[in-house]
Amino acid sequence: MTKNIYLDNAAATKMDERVLDSMKKYFFEIYAVATSEFGYSLGIEAREALDESRGYISDYLGANFQEIVFTSGSTESSNMAIKGVAMSEKEKKGKHIIVSKIEDFPVINSAKSLERQGFEVTYLDVDQYGLVNIDQLEDSIRKDTILVSIQHSNQEIGTVQDIEKIANICKSKDVLFHTDATHTFTRIPIDLKKIPADLLTMSAHTIHGPKGTGALFIRKDTPISKWMDGGFQEFDKRAGLENIPGVVGFAKAIDLVNEKENKYLKKMRDHLTKRILAEIPNVTLNGHKEKRIPQNANTTFHYVEGESITLHLDMRGFSVSTGSACFSKSLEASHVIMGIGGDHERAHGSVRFTFGRFNTLEDVDFLVDNIKEVVNELRKISPLGKNL
Amino acid sequence: MKFPYNEKVLEHFRHPHNVGKLDNPDGKATEGSPACGDMISVYLKVNPGTKIIEDIKFESYGCASNIATGSIITDMAKGKTLEQAKKITWQQATEALGGLPAIKAHCSVLAIEGLRAAIQNYEEKHGIITEKKPTTLEVVNNRLKKVMNPLTGLDVVKTNIIKKIEINKGKVFITVDLPSNHQFANSIREEIKEKIEPLWDVEEVIVDFVE
Repeated sequence: MTKNIYLDNAAATKMDERVLDSMKKYFFEIYAVATSEFGYSLGIEAREALDESRGYISDYLGANFQEIVFTSGSTESSNMAIKGVAMSEKEKKGKHIIVSKIEDFPVINSAKSLERQGFEVTYLDVDQYGLVNIDQLEDSIRKDTILVSIQHSNQEIGTVQDIEKIANICKSKDVLFHTDATHTFTRIPIDLKKIPADLLTMSAHTIHGPKGTGALFIRKDTPISKWMDGGFQEFDKRAGLENIPGVVGFAKAIDLVNEKENKYLKKMRDHLTKRILAEIPNVTLNGHKEKRIPQNANTTFHYVEGESITLHLDMRGFSVSTGSACFSKSLEASHVIMGIGGDHERAHGSVRFTFGRFNTLEDVDFLVDNIKEVVNELRKISPLGKNL
Repeated sequence: MKFPYNEKVLEHFRHPHNVGKLDNPDGKATEGSPACGDMISVYLKVNPGTKIIEDIKFESYGCASNIATGSIITDMAKGKTLEQAKKITWQQATEALGGLPAIKAHCSVLAIEGLRAAIQNYEEKHGIITEKKPTTLEVVNNRLKKVMNPLTGLDVVKTNIIKKIEINKGKVFITVDLPSNHQFANSIREEIKEKIEPLWDVEEVIVDFVE
């Protein structure tokens, strides 16, 4: 079999060997619980490693040390942000929450879960590129609005929102603002000294770090209820034994990303879309042309179905994903493609390509050669698009 | 390497049989599913004397399960009489393929429906069919047997998730014994509507869930 060319880095990434090397010591040598400064020496060393990682990440974001809470990943971080604020504020301020309709599942389904418990949720529209309407956002904020949650970039189409502007609007109206930065973190700059967001979700699994490790930035004095009960870890905001190897690996993974790499991701992505548009007819690019993360491309190949494309590509050694209903765990077409005004047909033939550290420009050329053949074959057997 | 389908399904997916169109077909039909998005067209050439299907072709705008089923049922139908071909079930097609994932049953049912619709089209064109019968509970129930429960790969009637059916002045009310936030609630609602709404005397289908 040919080698596997993995282009689903938004879903999970191959861990970098150097990340694993940084973690090993905390599995086999410094495996103790992080103790207080009066604990035994193994525990003190574990705590120092935890502090060091937390310090690294808070500096990286322009945040304070106490504002970084480690979690099990972006799903937990977003749940904690939304449900934590909701529980804290429902008696004091109100039960109204605003999210965009193309948020990733942790945010969308947390909002839906609160809706079933009597909260009111406004789902903001997005335009054809996936950008939220800032006027609609301003008009939607009410006296009883407790939280606005709008992603930094979209998980499927890669559109980047102007979170600095949104955060400032929320700040001026005295409403808390959460952003899911899972797909932008380290890929585009985030300076929390400049962006007045109150809560920010991030994860290690999208940046060649360990799975099951993430963090939530919680700005000082943000009202948030603790919902994972147990001990007093993470400034008494999230109980549970600290995942020391995980957070050490998380910090290392951040450290390994650099501007040169991000430029190369963009170069591969641009090369891919340029060739697809030039060489395959009846293709639509999904998302925004400029306002997008460097590692994401999303295209609809009209008249063919996404699962058929991904399976053919899989048999040829490529891993990609699709927004087709046939591919999803709920048999529903992508709510993102539908949200940007697409129909079932546009979601049906949509394919997402997300690049990572271990891809090369040669992979991209090889991929496009194969997509051309696959799409051509499938169009031959499709009843659609024959008269064009 | 591990693929989501068995070798036989993959073989039919990679090299589907009987693909394409027939010029001047004796019977043809296109069945589509907005819920899944799949679509299949079936074309028939029928011997007017013996009613044997002499040639059959299909086109698919669908997933692997749909393409593979289209390939195998056109193989199975070729050389059979219309009456025999009508009786091919999706269970038989699935068996012939060595099994399909439960969640994919509805895509393969669509292929069977395409075949049956093409036969019906032939019968209508050649005056073999049939007056319009009013929609009864039994008619609705039979149609619901073509809606798959993606949890099991069996239909919603067999898996006992249809709690109530009511017909009132062109409106069909169906209560499904699943919570409205169930993983497959939207998908099942769409499929039920799609199977019942085409009935000639049905104006609207209202699908409710238990909570």
